[in-house]
Amino acid sequence: MMRHIISILIENEAGALSRVAGLFSARGYNIESLTVAPTEDPSLSRMTLVTRGNDEIIEQITKQLNKLIDVVKLIDLVETPHVERELMLVKLKTTLETREEIKRTTDIFRGSIIDVTANSYVVEMTGPSDKLDAFVAAIDKDNIIEVVRSGTTGISRGEKGLHL
Amino acid sequence: MELSGGQIVVQCLKDEGVEFLFGYPGGAVLHLYDAIFHQEDVKHILVRHEQGAVHSADAYARATGKPGVVLVTSGPGATNAVTGIATAYMDSIPMVIISGQVSTPVIGSDAFQEVDMIGITRPCVKHNFLVKNVADLAETIKKAFHIATTGRPGPVVVDIPKDITDPKIKIPYKYPKKVTMRSYNPAVKGHTGQIKKAVELLLSAQRPMIYAGGGVILGEGSKELIKLTQNLGYPITLTLMGLGAYPATDKQFVGMLGMHGTYEANMGMHESDVIIAIGARFDDRVTGKLAEFCPYAKIIHIDIDPASIAKTVKVDIPIVGEVKSVLKEMLDLIKDSSVKPNEKALAAWWKQIQQWRDVNCLEYDRDSNIIKPQYVIEQLYQVTKGDAIVTSDVGQHQMFAAQYYPFDKPRRWINSGGLGTMGFGLPAAIGVKLAFPDLDVACVTGEASIQMCIQELSTALQYKTPVKIINLNNRYMGMVRQWQEFTYESRYSHSYMDTIPDFVKLAEAYGHVGIQIDKPEQVRPALEQAFAMKDRTVFLDIITDRTENVYPMIEAGKAHHEMKLRVALGTSTDRELA
Repeated sequence: MMRHIISILIENEAGALSRVAGLFSARGYNIESLTVAPTEDPSLSRMTLVTRGNDEIIEQITKQLNKLIDVVKLIDLVETPHVERELMLVKLKTTLETREEIKRTTDIFRGSIIDVTANSYVVEMTGPSDKLDAFVAAIDKDNIIEVVRSGTTGISRGEKGLHL
Repeated sequence: MELSGGQIVVQCLKDEGVEFLFGYPGGAVLHLYDAIFHQEDVKHILVRHEQGAVHSADAYARATGKPGVVLVTSGPGATNAVTGIATAYMDSIPMVIISGQVSTPVIGSDAFQEVDMIGITRPCVKHNFLVKNVADLAETIKKAFHIATTGRPGPVVVDIPKDITDPKIKIPYKYPKKVTMRSYNPAVKGHTGQIKKAVELLLSAQRPMIYAGGGVILGEGSKELIKLTQNLGYPITLTLMGLGAYPATDKQFVGMLGMHGTYEANMGMHESDVIIAIGARFDDRVTGKLAEFCPYAKIIHIDIDPASIAKTVKVDIPIVGEVKSVLKEMLDLIKDSSVKPNEKALAAWWKQIQQWRDVNCLEYDRDSNIIKPQYVIEQLYQVTKGDAIVTSDVGQHQMFAAQYYPFDKPRRWINSGGLGTMGFGLPAAIGVKLAFPDLDVACVTGEASIQMCIQELSTALQYKTPVKIINLNNRYMGMVRQWQEFTYESRYSHSYMDTIPDFVKLAEAYGHVGIQIDKPEQVRPALEQAFAMKDRTVFLDIITDRTENVYPMIEAGKAHHEMKLRVALGTSTDRELA
């Protein structure tokens, strides 16, 4: 079951998100992650949806999405050269002994510490999802207070883009 | 012209050319009903239950090709409409359903008769709108009609909060002539290269089958389908939704296919080497076991909805476009082609089909002294000279009507194919009769289905829609009983009703004529009597054989060539062929 990143240009209307989410649950497709925000044109939103499925399922997913009246355009980023990023915020317990080690690991992963208290750090990190997974794996589980991830978003490489 | 929201809605319907508005009033739509009171152009049909309103409007759309329009109130009015909306959605029927909503300031507060209509209907509409500003009303309604009637048609809900129709707030009104939507551009023309490839494949066929569905009727492509079929000389089968798209009395028609299709249609599909599917969606009731569906065939598929293509069956040549325009292009190419259909192969193929036809899969016991449902339908065909519009409910009677009433024209067979909604038949007949007051309209039903929307008998009286109700009364939910006989060792769990009303008295109580018969020789005279009463709704309660089953049948999980056929006449055991 291959992973696909479906990037959708959709009318920025109330209920548009629920049409997409409802389609996935009604037809039994899975959503691994979903991010959505308005674009530079406030009448349009850009949605990035990560899903898994064989070719037939992905074909149906893209057709069914295109059939939604609010969907203007979409592409499967996996079919073209693209970059993908995810934002993660991790809150970690720290002690005098662990602070240096966490800082070093954060630097190695090119993350930054954006909040510091006597007993905690908040680490900010962006990158492909597997890099974020690797960071979480590299940290001692007992030190993790919470992990917040945005879900993947992505864009195609080169001059071409998804627009009207 | 300055109008209030309520007046705008009514004026939009007028400008859209809406003839009938099927509805039921309530708190959230009172402003709207007041606007309706002041005009006579849009005729309001007051139903007795909102489900009936939607089915009536739906059948009006199926019979005329024009969109059906419904008005219901918020809350229970809206939820009662949902079964009807889902019915229309599954069969791609163009409809606009206007539902009242509580006032915008109280939306989300669990106000009296509040329900999230947009949320509830989302999975069973083509699209829906919540109108939050009276200035958006006219354009939204225009969009609703545009979306409902173009591309693959479907129902569209417009949810209008009460304050939007406030008579005190008036704004300038103008109905847009046209709307364009950047996110909605349904395909019209098919891909020329694909059409060319399809024609080449079609002309190379040795054992071809034309398999057409409801899309041909919705897309007004019947004329082109007939031309294509007759120019090629190929056999044609139709789906339940496609009946009438090709004349059933023509020799090239091999009957309906699928679960209760004919032996020749299903065997033809199974053995075919080239199948052209036109406006049909490879529904599970058509395909049977997918893994063994048409094992030898290359398949061409024409559909307006890209999502219908490769949804259940992978095809070789998909063509996305309007059936009518694609078929026209194909006809031109066939005319100009130097390749002609292979006459020798075709003759052998027709010979084979004749052998399947000789099995006589629709034969039944004609000597029975109990009324056979099949006989009733055959007599109905005779008495109406094949010219009635027949609506049906869902179950055995629906299949008998589809099998034994040959439809020669599109839009004459009105039934709930996709959703299979019991209760559809009677309100549907009323909607059809309103559209075609001069045609005979028969509702073929059963004693279980008819009770699901029986209250519409009252509507039939109020609007003088003299329909004939052909109630095949076998005192069972026949199709449920049949499945229980076949797969649950005849354990008839709750498929029988101990108390069935006296339908004659019931019909009379509603102001109609009721007739009950229980002998085969009464069938013809009773039908003649019923149809002779031009201005009366007649409820013909026909006591039929309790044990009759629908044959042939492809049972769940079986393929086209594994049909169950009736054994010998008069027995209830089955024979397996092939």
